[in-house]
Amino acid sequence: MTPRPPFIAIGLLSACVLAYEVLLTRLFSIVLWHHFAYMIISAAMLGYGASGTLLTLLKEKIAPHFGAAYVMAAAALALLMPTAFLLAQQIPFNPLELLWDNTQPAKLLAVYLLMMLPFFCGGLGIGLVFAHFGKQAGRIYACDILGAGAGSLGVIGVLFLMPPQQVLSVLTALALLAAAIAVAELKMRPKWLMELFFGLAVLAAVALPGMQVHSSAYKDLSQALNITGARVAEERSSPLGQITVVENTRVPLRHAPGMSLNATSEPPPQLGVFVDGDGPSALTKFDGNLEPLAYLGQLTSALPYHILGSHEQNRPRVLVLGAGPGSDVLQALYHRSAAVDAVELDRNVTGLVRQRFRDYAGNLYGQSGVHVYAAEARGFVNTSDARYDLIQVALLDSFGTASAGLFGLSENYLYTVEALKAYLSRLTPDGMLAVTRWLTLPPRDALKLFATAATALERSGVTNPAARLAMIRGWKTVTLLVKNSAFNAQEIAALREFCRTRSFDLAYYPGMRADEANRYNILAQPYFFEGAVALLGPQRQDFIGQYKFYIEPATDDRPHFFRFFKWNAAAEIFALREQGGMPLLDWSYPLLVATLVQATAASVLLILAPLALSRCRRSLPGAPVALYFLAIGFAFMFMEIAFIQKFVLFLSHPLYAVAVVLCAFLVFAAAGSWLAGRWQAAGKVTFAVVALGAMALLYLAILPGLFQALIHLPDAAKIIISVALIAPLAICMGVPFPTAMMRLANASEEAIPWAWAINGFASVVGAVLATLLAIHLGFAAVILLAVLIYAVACVALTGFAG
Amino acid sequence: MMEEVLADAAYTSSYSGGSGLSPGVIAAMEKVERHRFVPGWLSAFAYHNRPLPIGYGQTISQPFIVALMTDRMRAKAGDKVLEIGTGSGYQAAILAEIASSVYSIEIIEPLGKQAGGLLKSLGYRNVKTKVGDGYYGWPEAAPFDAIMVTAAASHVPPPLIKQLKPGGRMVIPLGTQFMTQYLMLVEKQMDGSVITRQILPVRFVPLTGGH
Repeated sequence: MTPRPPFIAIGLLSACVLAYEVLLTRLFSIVLWHHFAYMIISAAMLGYGASGTLLTLLKEKIAPHFGAAYVMAAAALALLMPTAFLLAQQIPFNPLELLWDNTQPAKLLAVYLLMMLPFFCGGLGIGLVFAHFGKQAGRIYACDILGAGAGSLGVIGVLFLMPPQQVLSVLTALALLAAAIAVAELKMRPKWLMELFFGLAVLAAVALPGMQVHSSAYKDLSQALNITGARVAEERSSPLGQITVVENTRVPLRHAPGMSLNATSEPPPQLGVFVDGDGPSALTKFDGNLEPLAYLGQLTSALPYHILGSHEQNRPRVLVLGAGPGSDVLQALYHRSAAVDAVELDRNVTGLVRQRFRDYAGNLYGQSGVHVYAAEARGFVNTSDARYDLIQVALLDSFGTASAGLFGLSENYLYTVEALKAYLSRLTPDGMLAVTRWLTLPPRDALKLFATAATALERSGVTNPAARLAMIRGWKTVTLLVKNSAFNAQEIAALREFCRTRSFDLAYYPGMRADEANRYNILAQPYFFEGAVALLGPQRQDFIGQYKFYIEPATDDRPHFFRFFKWNAAAEIFALREQGGMPLLDWSYPLLVATLVQATAASVLLILAPLALSRCRRSLPGAPVALYFLAIGFAFMFMEIAFIQKFVLFLSHPLYAVAVVLCAFLVFAAAGSWLAGRWQAAGKVTFAVVALGAMALLYLAILPGLFQALIHLPDAAKIIISVALIAPLAICMGVPFPTAMMRLANASEEAIPWAWAINGFASVVGAVLATLLAIHLGFAAVILLAVLIYAVACVALTGFAG
Repeated sequence: MMEEVLADAAYTSSYSGGSGLSPGVIAAMEKVERHRFVPGWLSAFAYHNRPLPIGYGQTISQPFIVALMTDRMRAKAGDKVLEIGTGSGYQAAILAEIASSVYSIEIIEPLGKQAGGLLKSLGYRNVKTKVGDGYYGWPEAAPFDAIMVTAAASHVPPPLIKQLKPGGRMVIPLGTQFMTQYLMLVEKQMDGSVITRQILPVRFVPLTGGH
């Protein structure tokens, strides 16, 4: 037997697998839509679990060829990472047809199983090492997890340097390098094998062409490029998204969302800016002349300027959150704003306006009075001391994705009760917040936003929120105003006049009569007015409860603003699918449930069933051991996913939260594993679980306040604080797995791959289940549940020891 | 297919702003062969009441939605109709069975040429098609009694409203491919002012208890 496990190779292999997982979430955002990330996490875990099953079943056959099997697994990973993605792209899966075409679920399953294959190979490599060097599980686990941490963080850095399709080549090269190093570490013969893999690695890095990524034909970018005369004028890529600028001189983009039907002017020439193929937002040609921008006064989002224009001091100071390529900044300039602070997270987007299309955009972001900040909206608002007459939350998502329910699962911290409270705290005494959303029928976004605003005002100590809210709707957009003081008669007159001249409908203002609603864009019933009145009255909770869409205000603990799905309306809507009911289904949520069912079925079939049916089941340990590995798999996933979400606000971007939190969890869990290997005390799992439970509860209590107090710190300091907070928790979470693995290695070494498989199963299902539970119960509840499951693991361990 | 369409229309009529489908629309839907407008490999589904892909990221709409939109346009013999977004040509063919002349513009060149050729080969002499920018309508043929804008737009082009006759109607489906969220019916009054009706194609009350 080789005396020493291939520590470097295993770290590298693990880094590849994790980097690939993160990369796939980016690639699937470009090809389809971003919520397929859950499917990727689940496919990854399924691959790991299935590899454990295979190892359990074939351990006797594989054991004599350990070295060759390990190297082959690494080489297969290298081959399958690009190939599986390439093949998955050939499957004509179209999520928009999921409920029309009964072959689509099978296509989704095929994509899922294909994406599992590389992870299966990665898992096989790592599992082989565990099985072969079981007694050194602590150190192996430490290397595995350390590599995983480095991979997940490193890929983010690489994504800043090159587009995602090129990163695939880098990962292929790294997997081949892992094979080459394994040959050396395991002292395998012939020696030229190492040189061969090394040569292939260099070849893959240098010569493998960047793969073509084919976006769905139904994405906004694909549709725009089909139009006669369209061409890509610029492409930029970063982990925040792939930016594509489309120019069309024959059929120009004319983006004026929901422009009044009374308008006679059309927008000036524009470029379409797409992020991951979604959009567009407009980069408008501007030469300093405000006249061609008249269309910006014909949108519902222009309302606050007309109300502020009725004030004596009528040149407002404006904050635009989500400035993108600048439409809302232009709108502010058109309405003679005194100063505009524009906040945009992606420097690639602001760079388009500042550099590449500077002349086209008329140096918009360099105009006097305009200041651009590269920051996340909540982070900026929490750290800025400035006061504004108007805060505009820009409408940057596309009508298509919003109306198809594509965002149902994504967290959005822009529209929570806490967010609205924070915005209100940055307003001047007579200032106002304006939020514009796409119109959906029956009303969804608008009423949820209205309820959220009413709650935010109440929680800010306002006794009569009804006096501070106003809402109007056009034929395609809705604009909500939340004022820092009560609306006065002059302002209400300006609001009514604005709507009258543009044929926009009044949805709510203080003192509005029912007969003023529903005049220009006539609905079967004045749903918006009725909803607004109900949400301001004593029957708010009844109304929310009886409404067939989920319009409970979003909070930082349950920030799924775009989730409107309710189970009790699902059957009715599904029955109406052929009568035009399909768009009401908010299909991303059922898709998550379908993913959970698919993940559970696939993991039962590929992980558990082969074990249950095999001859070796008689020699496997009993139920307490299975329960233990199941429990720690679920608990680790629940904890990890919930904490990533908890840190999104503090670190100001989901991507940074994923990278920092995931990396910290993995690295310090690795440290915990290493400690577990050295620490011989009995009861160390119980000790670790008690400690992590206490810490999790403490964090739940103190994190919101702590984040609020420290959010003004620079990014580097916040990252260090995040890592410091996660470290002790993760160290404790690193103890249970290797401790039990080592115990198994002493008792029945052949059960190690079996335990690996069961843990994999729990992780597959746990990844999706955590998201589903968070949507319903909130992230705090998911963390509490994780602590409870760890406690169950402790009990199971007693049976296990006995 | 027609039984389903008629049943759907009857079921949803009070919510979709009308009272079932007019005989003219029913006759047109029965006459036009949908399988001619569907890619060969999908012809088995041509008479299913569902949207189907036709290439270039476009779809042929669900027959029920086609019937509903056509009905709400209230086009009649003698009318001149404009369609923005020819797509497969199916909607233009249905309109051609009802109105005297149909003008249809497609923004995607290969699709426009294909649909134009198909309509010609099927003998629709009262349909004129062209490939180009639909934003400015078809000024040479304006004004129109009815306009249908099936190509998604962030706003209704002012030139189209100008080209609609007083008393005329414009129908715009809003949503995505495969999912029509609601229909917008633009009515130009005799004084030139405009109101819209936003029609949910489905019988669905958002409050439980049927308020």
